[in-house]
Amino acid sequence: MTNSLSAACKLPALKERGNQLYAWLNERLGLDFFVEIARHKTVPEHRYSFWYYWGGLSLFFFSVQIITGIFLLMYYHPGDGAYDSVRVITNEVAFGWLVRSFHSWSANLMVFCLMVHMFSVFFMKAYRAPREFGWWTGLGLAGMTMLFGFSGYLLPMDDLAFFATKVGIEIQKALPGAVPAWIPGSAFAQNMTNTLIDNLVQGGPSVSGMTVGRFFSLHVVILPLIFLPLLTVHILLVLRHGNAAPPSVEALPEKERRSIPFFPNFFVKDLAMWLIAFNVLLFLSAVSPWPLGPQADPWAAAPDGIHPEWYFMSQFQLLKALGEVLPGAIGEAAGATMLGVGGLLWALIPVYDTRNGGQTRAKVATAFGWFAIAVLTFLTVWGYVGVMGAGK
Amino acid sequence: MSEQEERHDSAVVPEPPHDLPPEEPGACCSRRRFIGMAGLGVAGLGYAAGMAYPVYRYLADPAERAAAEAAVKEVTLAKADAPAVGQGKNIKFGIRPALLIHHAEGKWSCFIATCTHLGCTVAYKPAEKSIKCPCHGGIYDATTGANVSGPPPKPLTQLTVEENNDQLIIRRV
Repeated sequence: MTNSLSAACKLPALKERGNQLYAWLNERLGLDFFVEIARHKTVPEHRYSFWYYWGGLSLFFFSVQIITGIFLLMYYHPGDGAYDSVRVITNEVAFGWLVRSFHSWSANLMVFCLMVHMFSVFFMKAYRAPREFGWWTGLGLAGMTMLFGFSGYLLPMDDLAFFATKVGIEIQKALPGAVPAWIPGSAFAQNMTNTLIDNLVQGGPSVSGMTVGRFFSLHVVILPLIFLPLLTVHILLVLRHGNAAPPSVEALPEKERRSIPFFPNFFVKDLAMWLIAFNVLLFLSAVSPWPLGPQADPWAAAPDGIHPEWYFMSQFQLLKALGEVLPGAIGEAAGATMLGVGGLLWALIPVYDTRNGGQTRAKVATAFGWFAIAVLTFLTVWGYVGVMGAGK
Repeated sequence: MSEQEERHDSAVVPEPPHDLPPEEPGACCSRRRFIGMAGLGVAGLGYAAGMAYPVYRYLADPAERAAAEAAVKEVTLAKADAPAVGQGKNIKFGIRPALLIHHAEGKWSCFIATCTHLGCTVAYKPAEKSIKCPCHGGIYDATTGANVSGPPPKPLTQLTVEENNDQLIIRRV
């Protein structure tokens, strides 16, 4: 094969040189190790294979975040000048509007792909042994992505950013208020929470340029510093254990199960998906450039119909709805408890629905997944209906 | 790019495709495949260039703005802000520093204050009545801007100074 190829190319000398270069590098860098991994890694092929692309798509949008984030850093000023610098990026710097739109749209698409990825992993039961840590590292990455979103949302310091962040922080502040006053230490807990949030998170008694500085360092240094190693572990685990096939495919006899090599076959398909993703991003950014609202005014009223990003909408609506039934801090605490318990159950699913756990547990887990989707969708739609009503 | 494509193409032509081993029809020399790959390459390069252009313009923006500002031809200065007799003062000429000198006999001189050696900003030394560059000791004549001694290879760029009541109008020559 190699001989006929080089003969056909009439470039045997070049081929030889290439081999020599590879041997030289291999001796020093141990390239064979990676080539072996690439050669042996396969991806199962079945009717659900489509769902294998979504982790890679999330990774693609994350890469876009890094690159556009680096570009935005060149003109963005945290602190009191934040709004002005974003205004300059959006309205004055050549193609600044495009870079910023890319960053914002890609953030949303990343969250979307990540959710699809998480739910497809869930329904394929890919969290089962030996892939539990893939599930847990993935949940960690998802949680940090939400923090990326929350901290990044404040940075332009327009009125929506200002009030969304204010509300997000107030929710945390209000939680200890649910502890009944007769319990010793409840007042202390409330004071302590307020003090810690003011001193450590907000950098003052309310959201200000100081908060922007803190969220900025969180957004561009602290979170990436933790996110990148965790992402590396997540990907190494996929390399180590390979893609999980859903139980229905695993149950098939060996000869009926098909797979394709990861490199180059699946990789090329991955690239094609990324190209499509890039074009979607380009389309969205060009057709609907990310807006910049009026500058945040701490003395003005919050704008009508203010609401969080869509990926916080379900949590927002849950708190809002519970607040109508259970006014005050109790409602918020109840909501936070429900969210916390739900998240914990979600994280513990690999321990409950194990390979040998039986059909009942498998079915309960799947039902739990559909329940989660139904609740999230219902709350999100309900939230948007409420917001649109308020906006009129 | 199309040139390159053609050049490769013609190089392939003398090679009859049916001479290839049948199991390797698409290795690298089948003409159709080659043209297909070349077309894909051209499209890919076009796509990459389409991405690179906005990135380049985004990064180049401040420099391009500065270049536009540097094109300033004329600056007006109130005499109250000008140096006293026998003194020199560094002023703004667009985005560049200029050195305005008020000579003892009442005449004015003005130069772009960037040393022609390695770009330091020069200063007027009233005691020596000359312009000096602090970085490498270059010395210029205070009335003509000629490089008198030290490393500077060229004279300073001279600007004209016109008195207009209580204003000075400084212009590029």
